Amino acid sequence: MAERYTRPRIIPVLLIDDRDLIKTVQFKNPVYLGDPVNAVKIFNRKRIDEMVILDISAARRNTEPDFELLEDISSQAFMPLGYGGGIKNIKQIKKLLSIGYEKVIINTELVKNPDLVREAAELTGSQSIVASIDAKLVDGEYKCAICDGRKLVNISPDRLAKRAERLGVGEILINSVDRDGRRNGYDITLVKKVSGAVSIPVTACGGADSIEDLKRVLVEGGAHAAAGGSMFVFYGRWKAVLITAPSEEELIKEGIYQ
Amino acid sequence: MVAIIDYGLGNSGSIVNMLRVIGERAIITSDPEKIEIADQLILPGVGAFDSGMSELEKRDLIPVIQKEAGLGKPILGICLGMQLLGRRSEEGKKEGLSLIPFESVRFHFDDREEEKSLKIPHMGWNTTAIKQNKPLLNGIKEIPRYYFVHSYHAVCDSQEFVLMTCDYGYEFAAAVCKDTIYGVQFHPEKSHDFGMKILENFVRKC
Repeated sequence: MAERYTRPRIIPVLLIDDRDLIKTVQFKNPVYLGDPVNAVKIFNRKRIDEMVILDISAARRNTEPDFELLEDISSQAFMPLGYGGGIKNIKQIKKLLSIGYEKVIINTELVKNPDLVREAAELTGSQSIVASIDAKLVDGEYKCAICDGRKLVNISPDRLAKRAERLGVGEILINSVDRDGRRNGYDITLVKKVSGAVSIPVTACGGADSIEDLKRVLVEGGAHAAAGGSMFVFYGRWKAVLITAPSEEELIKEGIYQ
Repeated sequence: MVAIIDYGLGNSGSIVNMLRVIGERAIITSDPEKIEIADQLILPGVGAFDSGMSELEKRDLIPVIQKEAGLGKPILGICLGMQLLGRRSEEGKKEGLSLIPFESVRFHFDDREEEKSLKIPHMGWNTTAIKQNKPLLNGIKEIPRYYFVHSYHAVCDSQEFVLMTCDYGYEFAAAVCKDTIYGVQFHPEKSHDFGMKILENFVRKC
């Protein structure tokens, strides 16, 4: 008999800025970390569950995804891969799927061009399209941000998530701009709002610092997967660059993998 | 040499990448002549059952795949590629390749509390249990886990065609086989060294 097995995905999110691996704090102040392909090789050796690559330069400068770099990355990554940044048409989506990315992550165009999202989900299947929602707390209310966090739109994250679900996306990546790089824990209230609003899986991002944080967002936040940035690239108080991930044993001990 | 059958649906790139690490040359092709001279065939695929069969039809690939299967050439179907090896699927109306006696059905959960949390598609990592000793599973000792994304799964006519099982709400066939024809519901090309072992066995031992 195959035994029932529960393994919520733990997902490092790697930020790319002009071919460099970087990390931000609240979407600002990028710190250079090194070569993205090298980092991916290390995560591959660590048998990480899944990986997300976000190119913030493509999102900011409105340029094509850097397919050459993305191919270098996918040739080293034998796990599910998602990519986001600068996606504007079906041709780019098809290209990403063909070079080894099974999830295409859409943020700005989800607001600006919902038809693209609908068309993409119909064409490639819901499981290939992820809606990325960047949320920011403004005067006590959650708003969504697009264009790499620089432009606020007047819709709440849970409503945008619902809209994305209706458009046919298969998964929501909810990211807290305020918690980005802060390592002060996930915004559980935000994640709960979004996971409660949709019936598709929700991946939480922003603020992760420890295995306890991962567990908390999965249990209390209702997230189906826990993603993070700093936790996987920095070590210790002085933020030494170290590509790292909780071990299989630690995640089993914490009861995350069962 | 392995031929990865190109019919417009699938992530052949990832399979080629993994085969490269294994040290095996692969071509991606929809040319029947190249399919005939290849040592093994991989049928990848992501998408809906009927669109998969129509794309194969459009490229005139159905007869050549069936002929090569009949001659005993090893074939590995992955994800939708596995489902196409069966007779039919609840997902569509078209006839499958009918190389292994099974049909694909959608996950159906009773409304028991425990299963309310199970989403469709079944997406993520899961472990499998080995049901048969076959060259494809050579040397797999620890409990392997693989990456799955699917809403439909195979139901075999007989246990003799079930190679591995997996539990998602209930036990289902995660891998199927008949003679030299294999199908895996999961994505070996996205399942680290667990998946690499499967592809390696397929090109070296099958």
